Amino acid sequence: MTETNTPVAREPIVRIRGLNKTYENGHQALKGVDLDILNGEILALLGPNGAGKTTLISIICGLVNATGGTVMVGGYDNVLEYRRTRSMIGLVPQELALGAFEVVENTVALSRGLFGKPKDAEFIKNLLAKLSLGDKAASPVNRLSGGMKRRVLIAKALSHEPRILFLDEPTAGVDVELRKDMWSVIDELRADGVTIILTTHYIEEAEAIADRVGVINAGEILVIEDKQVLMEKLGKKQLVIELRNTIDTVPDSLAKHELQLSADGSSLTFTYDVRSERTGITTLLNDVQAAGLVLKDLSTSQSSLEDIFVNLVKADA
Amino acid sequence: MNVEAIKAIYAAEMRRTRNTLMQSIASPVISTCLYFVVFGSAIGSRIESVEGVSYGAFIVPGLMMLSLLTQSISNASFGIFFPKFTGTVYEVLSAPISFFEVILGYVGAAATKSLIIGIIILITASFFVDLRVAHPVWMVTFLLMTCVAFSLFGFIIGLWADNFEKLQIVPLLIITPLVFLGGTFYSIDMLPPLWQKISLLNPLLYLISGFRWSFYEVADVNVVLSLSMTAAFMVGCLIVVWYMFRTGYKLKQ
Ligand SMILES: Nc1ncnc2c1ncn2[C@@H]1O[C@H](COP(=O)(O)OP(=O)(O)O)[C@@H](O)[C@H]1O
Ligand SMILES: [Mg+2]
Repeated sequence: MTETNTPVAREPIVRIRGLNKTYENGHQALKGVDLDILNGEILALLGPNGAGKTTLISIICGLVNATGGTVMVGGYDNVLEYRRTRSMIGLVPQELALGAFEVVENTVALSRGLFGKPKDAEFIKNLLAKLSLGDKAASPVNRLSGGMKRRVLIAKALSHEPRILFLDEPTAGVDVELRKDMWSVIDELRADGVTIILTTHYIEEAEAIADRVGVINAGEILVIEDKQVLMEKLGKKQLVIELRNTIDTVPDSLAKHELQLSADGSSLTFTYDVRSERTGITTLLNDVQAAGLVLKDLSTSQSSLEDIFVNLVKADA
Repeated sequence: MNVEAIKAIYAAEMRRTRNTLMQSIASPVISTCLYFVVFGSAIGSRIESVEGVSYGAFIVPGLMMLSLLTQSISNASFGIFFPKFTGTVYEVLSAPISFFEVILGYVGAAATKSLIIGIIILITASFFVDLRVAHPVWMVTFLLMTCVAFSLFGFIIGLWADNFEKLQIVPLLIITPLVFLGGTFYSIDMLPPLWQKISLLNPLLYLISGFRWSFYEVADVNVVLSLSMTAAFMVGCLIVVWYMFRTGYKLKQ
């Protein structure tokens, strides 16, 4: 997809401060979340199951009451001025919640009405066509496949022309083909100036479409950064070289590789970026040999999302 | 006021009604005919008249009430229970609408449907007995208030119920017995004194009595009392729904 243009000092359209949520059973799903969502961006919220992604979205949209904190949308408080804030927002929920007998065009028209917009059959027809649902307008929703249902939910969310679109795990359980389709729909929306927030637990998804990525775990936003920056962190891989004989210092000839010597002097660790064209491994191994070191074993490890979480949480504590 | 939203909910609910048109209308018509055959003809032939009204005609207001109450409750409760059950209620909750607008849409549609059924029963009954309506304005007032009040009540049940059993238990175990014991098929004058007193504790007696008065000017209790009881019930339901929405009861965590 498109290269991320450095966003030109965008205004936040959603401003979240100190958001807390403790469910009735005592479980604290959000712990003082601060978050700015910038006008016109695509923000991916990346996090494992149970991280609090759905809870966060639900509070912004008015489905769940916050225990503390504030949410401002377009400058309005989402509780005190819910009519204004909700009018700006479209939501595609995580679950495929659709009535049974309603036909597609009716259920989309219902959504438009709920958000206070007058009937507009022409608009809905175009919307359905854009989402490849043109020939499904008169089908009952319960006859559609999962992927088609997801599209209907997107059509419903877009039926009132929102400025902000929340997509809660839009591609979970969706086949590769449809996922690509979904991404291009999102890309088009962005071109129309819609601010998009999507949650996912696929790193590749965040990488493919987001401008910024936030990592959320156990109710806390651990980092929120430009995609590029975060992906570099995620793309790091480590090569551990075990030596036959222990050494006291890294030979000067290897300095440019920025190796780390283990405490007992028996292994060297080389960190590289898997996604760069040249990892530098070949040169490194040649240089190691030239320095007269004998290899005992080699192993690599990649920092997974889990590792990143663990590291971030540790750094947090 | 989000008028478009009210219209949209109302239209969607009425569409749902049309989809199940046959069962929504056929069943009350059939059961009313059965009541007439069983109670009106079989038993009624032995009961000459009640307070000067032929027995067949006497039971019409009660029969209408029976259908209005059960239909209002089941329409309205199902109307909000189903979205809760399938999860589509997220859309109503995330829309820029107030509790009052939600109610106007859902309860308005449920009340409309019961009103239609009430009128159909009235027409059906007119084929069996000689009907006269002494106070048409009061008759319509009672009719409307009953539809609205019990649709509100059904809405509360639909909000409260988290499974199908709960959805049906109130109409089945409370409303139907109270209607039967509230003088649908008899005047409480026909009961022994003790049971007359006990019957006065039944709120539905007031409703049925008032409604019957608007037809034949015979009543078990004072009409003003009937009207105030119905109005109070309606306001009570409204307050409960308002409270439920304000606190997000069973809708929002
Ligand atoms: N209604 C609820 N009652 C109690 N706990 C809940 C409720 N909904 C979610 N949770 C808990 O809150 C945490 C966050 O859930 P959720 O926001 O759905 O996470 P995610 O969408 O990131 O998977 C989880 O531990 C979940 O079990
Ligand atoms: Mg979720």
